[in-house]
This record gives sequence, C-alpha cells and structure tokens, in this order.
Amino acid sequence: MPLATEADTNTQVLNRGPVSPSRLLIVYPWTQRFFTSFGNLSSPGAILHNEKVHEHGKKVLTSFGEAVKNLDHIKQTFAKLSELHCDKLHVDPENFKLLGNILIIVLGVHFTKEFTPSCQAAWQKLVSAVAHALALGYH
Amino acid sequence: MLTTDEKQLIQHAWEKVLGHQEDFGAEALERMFLSFPPTKTYFPHFDLHHDSEQIRHHGKKVVTALGNAVRHMDNLSEALSELSNLHAYNLRVDPVNFKLLGHCFQVVLAVHLADEFTPQVQVAYDKFLEAVSTVLAEKYR
Repeated sequence: MPLATEADTNTQVLNRGPVSPSRLLIVYPWTQRFFTSFGNLSSPGAILHNEKVHEHGKKVLTSFGEAVKNLDHIKQTFAKLSELHCDKLHVDPENFKLLGNILIIVLGVHFTKEFTPSCQAAWQKLVSAVAHALALGYH
Repeated sequence: MLTTDEKQLIQHAWEKVLGHQEDFGAEALERMFLSFPPTKTYFPHFDLHHDSEQIRHHGKKVVTALGNAVRHMDNLSEALSELSNLHAYNLRVDPVNFKLLGHCFQVVLAVHLADEFTPQVQVAYDKFLEAVSTVLAEKYR
C-alpha cells in the first residue's frame, strides 16, 4: 500500500506533539468550545503556552501514530475513540476534518520541500480515513 | 472581516511570493490534482504531468490574480469582478473546489515560509482565501 511508505517517512513529526491542537484552536477558534476546562485560551500566545493543550497534542498525535501503524485496520483501531467522541465528548465530526488539514499544514511547515505533493496526497488519504473512522461510531 | 493586523500579515508574507508566482502556482495546482483527483475534471484539455507548461502557465495566472486581490483587500468584489463573471458564466467551477485550492495554496506557503507561516499568518490567509472564494462565487445565482 503506497500510503504506508509515504506516511512512514513522516512519523518523526509525531514527536512534535503540541503543535497541531494549538494551531487548530488559533486558526479555527470555534473549536475551543471543546476545551473550556483547559484554562487560558484567550489569545494565540496563551494557547501556544497552555500546558493542557500541549498534553492533549501529545495524546492526539499518539493516536495518529496508531493509525500509521495500523493502516490496514484503521476502522477497528479507532472504534473505541469513535464511541468516546460521540457519547462522551460530543464532538461534531466536522472537527476531525479541520484537525486533519491542520496536521497537513504542520507537516508542510516542519518538513518543507520534503513534504512533496505525493507525500501530501498520501497524508490527505490518511487524515480522511481517520476522520471517517472516528465518525463511524456516531449514532 | 479581515483585521488591520491580518491584512498586514498577509501583505508581509506575500513579499515571499513575489518572484515565485509561477512556481508557487504550479505547485499549488499539482498538490490539488494529486490530493483531490476530482479537481482534474475541470482540466481535461490540460497536460497534467509534473511541471507541464500548461500547469505552470495556469499556476502563474492564479497566483497573479491572488496578488491582485492582496493589493485590493478592501475592495475584493470590484477588483475580482471580471474573474467573478468568468467563474459564474463560463467556468462554473463548483465552489467546493475553491476550498481545496485554497488549502493547497496554504500548504505551499507552509512549505516555503516554514516557521514564518505561523498560526496567526495561517488564519489571516484562511480568511482571505475564503473571502476571495466568496467573491468568485457571488454571481453564480
């Protein structure tokens, strides 16, 4: 599966935990609605230095790491998380698409020219598959 | 609405685009065609191979038009009026595709500006490109 090779070469980004959620909360401020317990999100500066956002970033990126390790079983991998996001967190699945596109931008910023058009295409498929898997359990 | 700060961020970052309109435009289109294959349906008459003359030419056109929009952020409807007509009556591109190209153009900025493509710069460009898309589609019906 061509997706695997491209995604694999970029798993180093998964160590840059904090970056994606903070960018999400700044670029799409309405996503802050899910993080009212995270403390000060009143400005880009506050968001970028928020410890809870950083921690959450690590959690989210670890999840993406699981997706990369289970490219042929994405639906099963995210079954429990899907239930959680629907039943407990009440997150509109539209937000998964927003986060996916933010992750793509973060990859571009970090890897610059190495994040080739082909690379992007593979990652677009991955974030789309993850967003889909996370939404599957909604009822 | 774009704030004064956001307009400044957009203009400042645009200085990095100047001189590279063709490269950036071609790259944005190529990224879009690869990531979102249905967008190719609007270009059946194009050679869509990497770095084709047609892609470079069209990429330059698109980014030059965006540059014009950057210079007229306070008056997008008027500045883009001709392009609005073109898209409404001639090209009739489904507006969902403007989002896709806008996203890919932001990826190009991310790749070439790297850390300078801060979250604040990104939100300014996202809003700006959304405003451009709205103007392009405003005469559709």
